[in-house]
Amino acid sequence: MKRSTIDLWVGLFVAIGIAAVVFLSLKVANLTPQSADQTYTLYADFDNIGGLKVKAPIKEAGVVVGRVAAIQLDTKTYRARVTLNLEKQYTFSRDASAEILTAGLLGEQYIGLLQGGDPDELKPGEHITLTSSALVLEQLIGKFMTSFTGSNNKSSASGAQ
Amino acid sequence: MTELLLSPLRRLGHSTINAIWRLGFITRFLLAILRYSGQSLLRFNLTIREIYFAGVMSVIIVVVSGLFVGMVLGLQGYNTLSRFGSADALGALVALSLLRELGPVLAALLFSSRAGSAMTAEIGLMKATEQLDAMSVMAVNPIARVVAPRFWAGVISMPILAAMFNVMGIFGGYLIGVVMIGLDSGTFWSQMQNNVDLHYDVVNGLIKSLCFGIAVTLIAVFEGYDATPTAAGVSAATTRTVVTSALVILAVDFVLTAFMF
Amino acid sequence: MPSDHFIEFRNVSFAYGERPILKNISLTIPRGKLVAIMGGSGSGKTTMLRLISGQIRPSAGQVLVDGRDVAGMSHAELFEHRRRMGMLFQFGALFTDLSVEDNVAFPIREHTRLPDSMIHDLVIMKLAAVGLRGTQALMPAELSGGMARRVALARAIALDPQLMLYDEPFTGLDPISLGVIAHLIKKLNDALGTTSIMVTHDVHKSLDIVDYVYFVSNGEIVADGTPQDIRSSPSPWVHQFMWGEADGPVHFAYPASTSLQQDLGLKGNQHD
Repeated sequence: MKRSTIDLWVGLFVAIGIAAVVFLSLKVANLTPQSADQTYTLYADFDNIGGLKVKAPIKEAGVVVGRVAAIQLDTKTYRARVTLNLEKQYTFSRDASAEILTAGLLGEQYIGLLQGGDPDELKPGEHITLTSSALVLEQLIGKFMTSFTGSNNKSSASGAQ
Repeated sequence: MTELLLSPLRRLGHSTINAIWRLGFITRFLLAILRYSGQSLLRFNLTIREIYFAGVMSVIIVVVSGLFVGMVLGLQGYNTLSRFGSADALGALVALSLLRELGPVLAALLFSSRAGSAMTAEIGLMKATEQLDAMSVMAVNPIARVVAPRFWAGVISMPILAAMFNVMGIFGGYLIGVVMIGLDSGTFWSQMQNNVDLHYDVVNGLIKSLCFGIAVTLIAVFEGYDATPTAAGVSAATTRTVVTSALVILAVDFVLTAFMF
Repeated sequence: MPSDHFIEFRNVSFAYGERPILKNISLTIPRGKLVAIMGGSGSGKTTMLRLISGQIRPSAGQVLVDGRDVAGMSHAELFEHRRRMGMLFQFGALFTDLSVEDNVAFPIREHTRLPDSMIHDLVIMKLAAVGLRGTQALMPAELSGGMARRVALARAIALDPQLMLYDEPFTGLDPISLGVIAHLIKKLNDALGTTSIMVTHDVHKSLDIVDYVYFVSNGEIVADGTPQDIRSSPSPWVHQFMWGEADGPVHFAYPASTSLQQDLGLKGNQHD
């Protein structure tokens, strides 16, 4: 085989390889435009985030409007501080509320936002004040049990205590 | 009696020392390759030639295997996921298994048996027929002229082959899941995109295959260079290349997975 | 001032581990001469070539080439030494993945910056010198044994070496090819003024072309002289080697440590 033919094949090989990587990046992975100039950040503090993870979706009326960027524990209040990355085109009023929801009974957890009625909008870096925590299944069952057994809650199996 | 007890111990000790000796030798060999790599990168047509023999010639086996592995993943994944009512997640399952583990590992195993063994046999035969001696007597360093271009060709080819394997595997999963079983095409892709992270899954998978490429090619060229220059010696070295590569790929995979994910 | 002895072995010994190959060898090879080193298989002949080319170093003594100790050369000096040296290997050692033209061009491409057209002309000239002009495009696998040896010879002389080493140049050749190679070795030696050393066990063909012969056995020089001296040598060793006798100073039987009766499990005297 002539050298030039080899060059051609190797060139083709490398080109297909690059195309494969591009395909994997664009079509298979979520290479959504998440750069800083197209998103803004809000914070929300929760008592309990349950199984929420970084990169979990943030939905308003079921539409994905952003993703969870970071989760930290605030060492002063001992609440979970969640950093929300939201797309610039979606703005929310000051009395918007955030709650941690579960997709299906055992599905992944996400943050559901509910737009409020205040004409003032939240600016980047501000906090969503109205939050409700994740529904923890053990607590739920515990409450259920105590409401049925009534007065005696000594043997309550609640994991909340 | 004591002899019976001692002799396995002695053999164990002997093989341990031997293994450590080889590890030292292979490290020195890698340093020599790096030191004499300048020529193989300056005269890049030497390396291109080896990419042709190692990489391009491995495309068919990698592509076909990737397609079948993806189809098997599609079938098995669907059977399992549908029991839990989450057949929609098939795309994510196929893509994640391929990108994180199966793509890099299987492509490396195929590469070592297709191209690695050929490299060992070729260098071993060059040694047996005194071609390497002839080269060094002509004042040409065989590590620079023969070994280094093959090493770099393997290191360059491996991530490309793994990426091809992944793409074909995802296509195979798509064929089974969407075309044959009839899942929704949009759900298949969107589930995949929601769960696959560019840095975490795609880039880490490529880093893995790069590490495998270094390990497999280094073993292949080393075994060839170190082979006993006889027919039996070259065939033993070729076998050792495939066996050692397989073990090293899986061990390195474990270590990398522990660090990455 | 360079001495008239191009190559000189001074009390050279060499051993692979515990096994001695060469024992205290001293010899000289004059400039421009064609010298043969003869001996049986495993007598250490090839080791002497490898000492000259610097592939191995002696355990004791010195190997001087053009007055310089090969073992004492730096990496760069050794490469410089090898660049002025050509070597023909036992079976040619052509690069099986390169064509005849690329094989002969190999040392030129590696060591010079000549343009491609000039390299092409040089290759044609070297191939013409060994009578194989027109085979440029063939691959080594397409050549007969004798042709491969001639191509290897063309490759060895590509850079016009001052020193040629031949390792068993006649092994495995038919009588005609053997005659052609012998003729070429003699012709190149005379035409280029090269000092040539030939390691061989083919006595009669070699005696026709060489200027001087050393006989090596068990790592020692047992006889030396011009071809005429050797033909009339009274040494029983030379006689046995020249006429291929089965028994003589070199024993037919391997020196076994046990007797034949013991090996066969026969009852008998332990000490035979």
